[in-house]
Amino acid sequence: MRKYWHVINVGIQNTLVYRLNFLFRAAFGLIPLTATIFLWQAVFAGKPDAATVATYSLAEMISYYLIVTIVDALTAVTDDDWQIAGDIREGTISQFLLKPIDYLYYRLCLFFSGRMIYCVVAALPVALFIFYLRKYFVLPADLPTLGWFFVAVFLTAMLQFLISFTMAMLAFWVLEVSTFIFILFAIEYIAGGHLFPLDILPPLVSQALDFTPFPYQMFFPVSVYLGKTSGAVLGWGLVVQALWVMVLYGLARLIWSRGVRKYAAFGG
Amino acid sequence: MAEETFRPPSRGAFSTLRRYLGIYALLARNSVVREMTFKTNFLLWIVVELLWFALQLSFIGVMYMHTESIAGWSKWQVVLLMGASHFIQQLFQAFFLVNCTNLSELVRTGKLDFLLMLPVNTRFIVSVRQMDLGAFVNAGTAVAVAVYAAKQLGLSPSAGLVLGFLILCAVGMIIHYSLMFLLATVSFWAVQAQGIVWAYYNLFNIARLPDAAFKGLFKVFFTFAIPMLLVSNVPVKLLVQKLGSPFELLLLLGMALGCLLISEAVWRVSVRRYTSASS
Repeated sequence: MRKYWHVINVGIQNTLVYRLNFLFRAAFGLIPLTATIFLWQAVFAGKPDAATVATYSLAEMISYYLIVTIVDALTAVTDDDWQIAGDIREGTISQFLLKPIDYLYYRLCLFFSGRMIYCVVAALPVALFIFYLRKYFVLPADLPTLGWFFVAVFLTAMLQFLISFTMAMLAFWVLEVSTFIFILFAIEYIAGGHLFPLDILPPLVSQALDFTPFPYQMFFPVSVYLGKTSGAVLGWGLVVQALWVMVLYGLARLIWSRGVRKYAAFGG
Repeated sequence: MAEETFRPPSRGAFSTLRRYLGIYALLARNSVVREMTFKTNFLLWIVVELLWFALQLSFIGVMYMHTESIAGWSKWQVVLLMGASHFIQQLFQAFFLVNCTNLSELVRTGKLDFLLMLPVNTRFIVSVRQMDLGAFVNAGTAVAVAVYAAKQLGLSPSAGLVLGFLILCAVGMIIHYSLMFLLATVSFWAVQAQGIVWAYYNLFNIARLPDAAFKGLFKVFFTFAIPMLLVSNVPVKLLVQKLGSPFELLLLLGMALGCLLISEAVWRVSVRRYTSASS
């Protein structure tokens, strides 16, 4: 266990180098966010007072995007998939096959330390932004809701990481993985609920999406925070989310071992 | 390329133009050869861009499931705007984007030295070295979407109006290019190319949204400082006859000229600093 603490430590020190880049990212990310909020304000302005879109009031809609920003800062995979693909392509993973350290756990440690630094850096611009929009910012209904939200966020982070890790494994077979990463990212972006809350979609579409892991990568924790998912549905959702984490963990392990076999055959 | 570039500089604007067109033709041919060596990758990038375009359109589609109009813009007007915006952006991508993001790499590896020695305008050669051919395909899909939206709106613009629209699109592309080139020049040393691309996607996302939805400081900033809200809004407003006054047209032209001049000034300063730094 101690060696992984060491990895986290090293990870923190390494990512500190990128703090300016992170700040840049966080600050620029607020521009399209602002634009989306303006757009929704314009939609609501064309409606009578106290109108809702699906079940969302204007404040809830704006809060939805603010919470998405927070969950994104806590769980998004920014550079990890590129680095993993790079490690495979350039053969850096050879050393992990020799050392008594597990590459998946190693990467997970780096992912968590990267997120920690990112959150520290992004905290200021995001907090200022939320403060600016404070009159629209909805607080969670009660403490348990907030607690369940963080549980869901943790599982979201695991899902994000495992999906990216599995995707980056493609580098064992394909020379250029960036297009695949972008295609997956696009799907996650819309089917995960980054662009709009999934429950404003036609019911058939959002029900179909529930059979994929994507809503659990973003929409689920946000809807827990906003109290749109509670009670038995919340419990069931957490179970499904945990199941997805386990399935993807298995998949990542499977593809990793296949990849390594292919890699060893290729190198030796 | 050699026989073109080493021809002694001749006088007269016409022969200069011919010389540069010749260089450009060679570079374009070079780009075709390069793209065709990685065919699958070429096709996959087209898929990526198509997917993102579809994603933006579905965002608008979902919004209009819950409303009739956004700040006075109807659904098909916004689709037209998105088509036009994508068209402008893809043209910019076809001609300039890769070259802008490569600039910091040229500086880092010292390849810029070689380009500075060539007997052509350095900004020209830096800006147009590579062409992104896939972007032309994507520009085509953008036109298809725009034409479909225009049909839905029952528009039948005159040839003159279409010409005006296309000219304004080109002006919009110049704004994209100038700003991106400026961003790339400023980040000569500081930020990685990845950071520039990230900033670019975030900024240019605004260009496809109806300007009337924005208010206050945000609108002022993205009209008069970084004119993202003019780039595609003005051409489309011309087409759907939403233009409030000719003032907006003049503003677009003026801002394009301003951006171009500023990026040129900053480029010159940077190149001067670069030479003194390396020698």
